[in-house]
Amino acid sequence: MVKDQEFLKSKASYCLDLAKKMGATDVSVTVGHSISETVNFRNKSLEASDRSDGLALSIETYLGKRRSSISSSNLLDENIKTLIEKCFETTKITPEDEFNSLPDKNLLAKQISNLKLYDETRFENDKKIKYLKDLEEAASSDNQIINTESSFTENKSNFILANSDGFCDGYKTSSFTTSCVTVAKDEKSMERDYEFSSKRHLSDIKQASDLGNKAAEQTIRKLSPNKIGSEKINIIFDKRISKGMLSVFASAISASAIARGTSFLKDKIDQQVFAKSINVIDKPDIIKGMGSQNFDSEGVNSNTLQLIENGILKNYLVDTYNGKKLNLQSNGRSGGNTNLYFENGNISYEDLLKKNSKSLYITETIGHGSNLVTGDYSVGATGFLVEDGEFKYPVNEITIAGNFKDMFKNITLANDLEFEYSVNSPTMMIEGMTVAGK
Amino acid sequence: MSNFFNKSDLTRQDADKIVSETLNNCDDGELYLEESKSESIVLDDNKIKSSNYSSDLGFGFRAISNEVVAYSYSNEISKDSLKSSSENLKSTLKSIKGTYNHEIPKSNKKFYEDINPIEQKSLNSKLEVLNKVNDFLRKKDGSVKQVTASFAGEQKSIEIIRSGGEALTDVRPLIRFNVSVMLEKNGRKETGVYGIGGRQSYDDYLKNDNWKNVCEEAFRIASVNLESKPAPAGEMKVVLGPGWPAILIHEAIGHGLEGDFNRKKTSAFHNLMGEKVASDGVTIVDDGTIDNRRGSLTIDDEGTPTERTVLIENGILKNFMQDRHNARLMNTRSTGSGRRENYRHIVLPRMRNTMMLSGNQTQDEMIKSVDKGIFAVSFGGGQVDITSGKFVFNCTEAYEINNGKIGSPIKGATLIGDGPSILKEVSMVGNDMMLDPGIGTCGKAGQGVPVGVAQPSILIDKMTVGGTKL
Repeated sequence: MVKDQEFLKSKASYCLDLAKKMGATDVSVTVGHSISETVNFRNKSLEASDRSDGLALSIETYLGKRRSSISSSNLLDENIKTLIEKCFETTKITPEDEFNSLPDKNLLAKQISNLKLYDETRFENDKKIKYLKDLEEAASSDNQIINTESSFTENKSNFILANSDGFCDGYKTSSFTTSCVTVAKDEKSMERDYEFSSKRHLSDIKQASDLGNKAAEQTIRKLSPNKIGSEKINIIFDKRISKGMLSVFASAISASAIARGTSFLKDKIDQQVFAKSINVIDKPDIIKGMGSQNFDSEGVNSNTLQLIENGILKNYLVDTYNGKKLNLQSNGRSGGNTNLYFENGNISYEDLLKKNSKSLYITETIGHGSNLVTGDYSVGATGFLVEDGEFKYPVNEITIAGNFKDMFKNITLANDLEFEYSVNSPTMMIEGMTVAGK
Repeated sequence: MSNFFNKSDLTRQDADKIVSETLNNCDDGELYLEESKSESIVLDDNKIKSSNYSSDLGFGFRAISNEVVAYSYSNEISKDSLKSSSENLKSTLKSIKGTYNHEIPKSNKKFYEDINPIEQKSLNSKLEVLNKVNDFLRKKDGSVKQVTASFAGEQKSIEIIRSGGEALTDVRPLIRFNVSVMLEKNGRKETGVYGIGGRQSYDDYLKNDNWKNVCEEAFRIASVNLESKPAPAGEMKVVLGPGWPAILIHEAIGHGLEGDFNRKKTSAFHNLMGEKVASDGVTIVDDGTIDNRRGSLTIDDEGTPTERTVLIENGILKNFMQDRHNARLMNTRSTGSGRRENYRHIVLPRMRNTMMLSGNQTQDEMIKSVDKGIFAVSFGGGQVDITSGKFVFNCTEAYEINNGKIGSPIKGATLIGDGPSILKEVSMVGNDMMLDPGIGTCGKAGQGVPVGVAQPSILIDKMTVGGTKL
């Protein structure tokens, strides 16, 4: 069983009291406990089981404007005492930073609403095994599939965040995650693809056979790929890739990147950064949302933010420290975005495919080719050539490149948004990118 | 050296008894105990942004029978906790019986000292160096707009207890010093990053103003990039500089030669043992035995002494990298490549220091032979799709080559290639093998482990460069 609130609260207040007694002017403590159980399958039989049970403690001590932190997994009182002593000794010799402080008291979350982030259902390992059997049975039904690997993880977590301004709250969360990776082979090639589902509640997980079939289908269609020539081309990003554009955007508007001056979106508030039709929302209170939260990692209340309105940048993601640097109030985004999404566009998926006589449909990218300082983007890619709305053949060993500043202004979104993950996007088309191939 | 048995009610005798009793009917497995202490100090935006110290303690208990691995970890080292892990393992393996393999090779060689780098140097002296770095770079040139510098240090003590009471121990120091600088000139911003590290004390970096060299290199890379033009797009010849660009080797073929992917036949290399996979003159080794290197290990995380494993010899595929589990199932021996990020993770076969050895040509000869191509000197990260064999890596410093001469710097671009065929495109191997500066972390299945790479300059006849200029 995951530790209850009382246990975590007693540890947190032990830390707060001890640090205060030593002379810390402010203290912030997070105590968490998490239990995960994973079962792995390969080629329709059990491959591994994995159980983890972990406590985690992190403490920040302040002496005026001086601050330092410690973290540990060892919650024995004796160890905590040694660590807090060490932390406070370090704080004393760490230089002052005028922006160091706990969050403003009036911004702290006042009440916790039930967002249904915890499902107490136990899904015993025997049931996981049954689920994975069904999943792999479906995934391997086509004889071109030569290997299947799948897993089911059940996680239950609880935490308490407490600070010396009297904030002390936390809540349980759960997640159920299942994934399937399949390998397909034909005479010319061997390809891999995947499908996964991750939910707060067990009953929302995709049906095993659907997940297996989807993984297999997505893998088989990649067999016998071609390389295409280098050219300017319209690119359509599958939903699982288009949501990555939002994650890049979120990093680029984090108060930390803005304050340091290392973002291509610095000083762009109230300016057009996306195409006029684009709206981006960050909504922390979606019921059962994978990115939902009652407050951020500092205890600050978080409300829904419209980040992009008709293509115009309206808000950064602001935490206390960087907010003070930028003269902005924290909007409860210490730790980043919550449930982030593009609103739907007004063209169907089918019409998006047909919009141009030829486009490249991308289903996977590899490499870390996003430069947040310059906005330059260049990654390896896999996908399909689409002609007149039809998938013609798979394509690999190519790269796609552009600059986010231009790419964002040339986005067209389909109207097929679904809330599957914490970051969600409809299918996306960006015109005029460069593909490098032969 | 940590004593794991003075922390709670768990005695060594208890641990031995529970381990032996749990693993009796299994093919392999062990109790892995770990204590780590780490610190990270970051200067950013003219200030000490964070100073963090962390300590971690826990165990991972593993039992293997046939192809099934059962694993359970906890950060509470106690009799109850170990017993409940034992029950968990037994319930997974209840219907599968094995015969425990007690054999484990021994060696008394050590590749680093038993030190705690964190305690060897006072916090004040580290803060002082970071402030010097900041002042040095900001005074150096008016274009410097942002400086980030950091120290990271760690000491990890491990003990492996096998069935029958055999115990193996190791103490591993690791440090890293990193500098990132952003320049702005005529409205353009570019960054340069450089770092050094290894399994040693901070002293080597703090003495003789050695930190200045790191600053100079980060500044030089950023300055070059301020002048960069859009990179070309398409297939062309690529000259790779020596040292860190060997992450090409790591991504293109290293991962594909890890035992697990080959046992499962999901690697593009699984049926190529003994075959020619690279040009003549290409020899690649994975070596865990180089003193004080980031990827070196005295013993791996299963207790096997590490070694220098020849992967490719003169173009022919010779060996895969193995942990005990995959080695047993493939009827071979462990190469001392079983690694894990920490006690929370299962062991996987991983790389250590992956190196292409020197040939006899010069970098000059390579560049002169290229009519149109690029010269890539430094990289960010890379990634590979093991199954299709396609891999990428991102240039952070590169130049165009026109008619045998190095031309303008080009913007960061991704290079993509095909693992099983790329080494056949290597047409020249340089005489200038160099180790990387000690900064690599390899990710696999969500686990990061420190690794090293090395290579001489090489000429690749055909690779796709992912720029924007057609």
